[in-house]
Amino acid sequence: MSKAAALATDDVVAGYGGVEVLHGVSISAAAATITTVLGANGAGKTTLLRTIGGIVRPRSGRILLDGVDLARRRPEDVARAGVAHVPEGQGVIIELTVEENLRLGGLLRPGGERAAALADAYQRFGMLADRRRRAAGTLSGGERQILVIARALMSAPRVLLLDEPSLGLAPKIVAQVMDLIRQLRDDAGLTVVLVEQNARSALAIANRGIVLNVGKVVAEDDGAALAADVGLRRHYLGF
Amino acid sequence: MQEFVEFTLGGVSTGMIYAAIALSLVLIWRGTRILNYSQGGMAMFTAYIALIVINHTGNYWLGFAVALASGLVLGAVLERTVIRQVASKAPMNAVIVTIGLLIFLEGLAGIIYGGSFRSFPPAFSIGGLSLGSIALGITRNDLFTAAAVLAAAIVLGLVFRFTSVGLRMRATAFNSSVARLLGVRVGRVLTLGWALAGLLGALAGMLVTPTTFLYPNSMDAIFVLGFTAAVIGGLESPVGAVVGGLILGVVLSYVGGYLGSQLVDIFGLAALVVVLMVRPSGLFSTTATRQV
Repeated sequence: MSKAAALATDDVVAGYGGVEVLHGVSISAAAATITTVLGANGAGKTTLLRTIGGIVRPRSGRILLDGVDLARRRPEDVARAGVAHVPEGQGVIIELTVEENLRLGGLLRPGGERAAALADAYQRFGMLADRRRRAAGTLSGGERQILVIARALMSAPRVLLLDEPSLGLAPKIVAQVMDLIRQLRDDAGLTVVLVEQNARSALAIANRGIVLNVGKVVAEDDGAALAADVGLRRHYLGF
Repeated sequence: MQEFVEFTLGGVSTGMIYAAIALSLVLIWRGTRILNYSQGGMAMFTAYIALIVINHTGNYWLGFAVALASGLVLGAVLERTVIRQVASKAPMNAVIVTIGLLIFLEGLAGIIYGGSFRSFPPAFSIGGLSLGSIALGITRNDLFTAAAVLAAAIVLGLVFRFTSVGLRMRATAFNSSVARLLGVRVGRVLTLGWALAGLLGALAGMLVTPTTFLYPNSMDAIFVLGFTAAVIGGLESPVGAVVGGLILGVVLSYVGGYLGSQLVDIFGLAALVVVLMVRPSGLFSTTATRQV
């Protein structure tokens, strides 16, 4: 890979309490690419994202954003450094309106840029503009997923961490969400780390794929090559 | 009829004091899920500070400003030094700690200022107002009390609704882990919540103490009624806190006026018990919407 990694983990060991979940995980995501992290339930995908995002403290290893180590920083400081983390499920603040959710995402920007960022978001996501005064809790699952992604973009992040954006969505909506992620890479040059259970959909848009199994990287290759590897698919990816 | 008007207006005025205490409890509850039993003690302490300033300078409004400022600082300092240590532990730890803070503050006030009852000056005249020849049963100071709490509640509401700080506070109250992921410095927001609660408590202390005298336990009864008002309002809702305070103030004023003033406290406690039994989530609770 010729491009420098925008985000990389270097031999990260992490877990919860006495249980070690990640046993030395090294991944790298090049700038303006989609890197998908795949694997079965319990492989450590979500823990890896939570560790990058600062929610779980790594016991050892480094987390590098453009060469700067973010390991052991708090979630709010990781966000401030430019890593937007969209957690699995429940990411919208249901009591706030759609617009308030978006404004919250834009608070990391200087005051003068926030109005323009909000206008951009409404232009890109017309559906959100139509529902701007509604409580976010009234949105459907697919609409909520769009909202949390739009909210993450409000901060103009350098890296977007997405945890299972397809979870609980109808296949048609999954396709729309995946299409959106692809557009963000192609149009905005965003670096995306995409954790997915739905390996087929994720590999269809990813530049690189990484397969985790019980807390270790067991395979890493171009998206298309992983999708073509029948043994790997049967063993770890289930399609 | 004239009695009814008197009791109603008087009830609105005291109800606004309960509302101020209730608001301060709601602010802390929404941010940290802690019921601050030391709220009354904090208010009492700031009232002592105000009294010293007033006695030394002869300037009531300087004392008033110092009380609010010291409430702000006291709230922030307590959150940073004591509350932060227990906020992540079992809920009972925080309960015990805030009760401990109450006892500490009341004991400290007793050591520094003594236990005697001190008279406390009102902001404005406490002579009864009248409309033509009809006495209204309220004073200029009662009007100030109602206006001051109403103004504080409105300012707070506007800050919550229209400013970035308010958005951060609401986001933290509703879902602090998501707020954190969006870069909100939750620790600072919680400190700010305690500081504002300390300020509101100090305001309540300044407004109520002229009617109760000042002594180390002088805010205890008011705290219980403010707590009742917060529970009536559902503990979650700032609007509910104000409405709860008003309802309680007016009802207790009727009880005191028509049935006898010795019944006020017992009715206040009975109201707390009844609300907790019949509708523990309060009249204005929004928690039902959170069952996703």
